Amino acid sequence: MSASQDLADRIPYARFLGLRVERDRNGLVCVLPFRTQIVGNARLPAVHGGVVGAFLELTALLGLLDQSDGSGIPKPINFSVDYLRSARATDTFARAGIVKLGRRIANVRVFAYQEDPDKPVAAGIGNFRL
Amino acid sequence: MSESYAIQALFGENRSEFVDHVPHCVELGIRCLHVGPRQATLMVPYRGELVGDPTRGVVFGGVVTTLLDQAGGVATLCSLPELVSIATVDLRIDYLRAARPGRDLYGHAECIRRTRSVAFVRGQAWDEDREDPFAICIGTFMLGANASEHPLARAMAGQGE
Repeated sequence: MSASQDLADRIPYARFLGLRVERDRNGLVCVLPFRTQIVGNARLPAVHGGVVGAFLELTALLGLLDQSDGSGIPKPINFSVDYLRSARATDTFARAGIVKLGRRIANVRVFAYQEDPDKPVAAGIGNFRL
Repeated sequence: MSESYAIQALFGENRSEFVDHVPHCVELGIRCLHVGPRQATLMVPYRGELVGDPTRGVVFGGVVTTLLDQAGGVATLCSLPELVSIATVDLRIDYLRAARPGRDLYGHAECIRRTRSVAFVRGQAWDEDREDPFAICIGTFMLGANASEHPLARAMAGQGE
């Protein structure tokens, strides 16, 4: 098991969502496995916007932990989500990019996508206290 | 000037119609405590699985996103003169402090302005005292997001019987 998956497994809510952490040459990729229980709109069906937002925030957090010594969990100051497309009944992926890693605060940008990385379903940006 | 709202007949306390057609609200046990003109109050019960920081026992911020997104959506529905489907455009949350471990979380949202196509919403979340929120939010919702009939239409039809 990777160190990052181990970090995710220490967060109860990440386990609750069944979050998986993978790594490729571009860095960490978080995976939100689709389950019918995370649906918000049953007619489309589409993943609940809150779950998409939470998934982005988790990805940002894990991206930060990956760049730090792993002691202490960064605390979110704020987080903003733009919903670009509905997230359909399939797995969702997300990548985080650290815009600035300061001494006390980090700014992190996250994109989530499904089949096509060039068609993001949501984008998030947040500030975390380190 | 008094406005009329499409779902006025559903305004009141403990309106499960607003959450029981949403699978993830059912999974989290979210309850709709109150809905009224342009506003809604919801609650997510505390459970250990929702914790984000195990050293402090604090619920993960993203759960608050779900609570306030849902509250904002319901508040938007409660602002509409005609029932249409809605979708979140964006949502920003400021975490003023950590939520207290072991406490149920409450969220209230209010639609402060509605145009033909967009609703502007603000809200807050608290654990003990509504006047002492641990998070505040601002969001926008698109109106008429898709052509399908809103599940509340059925609940409304049930009211008339």
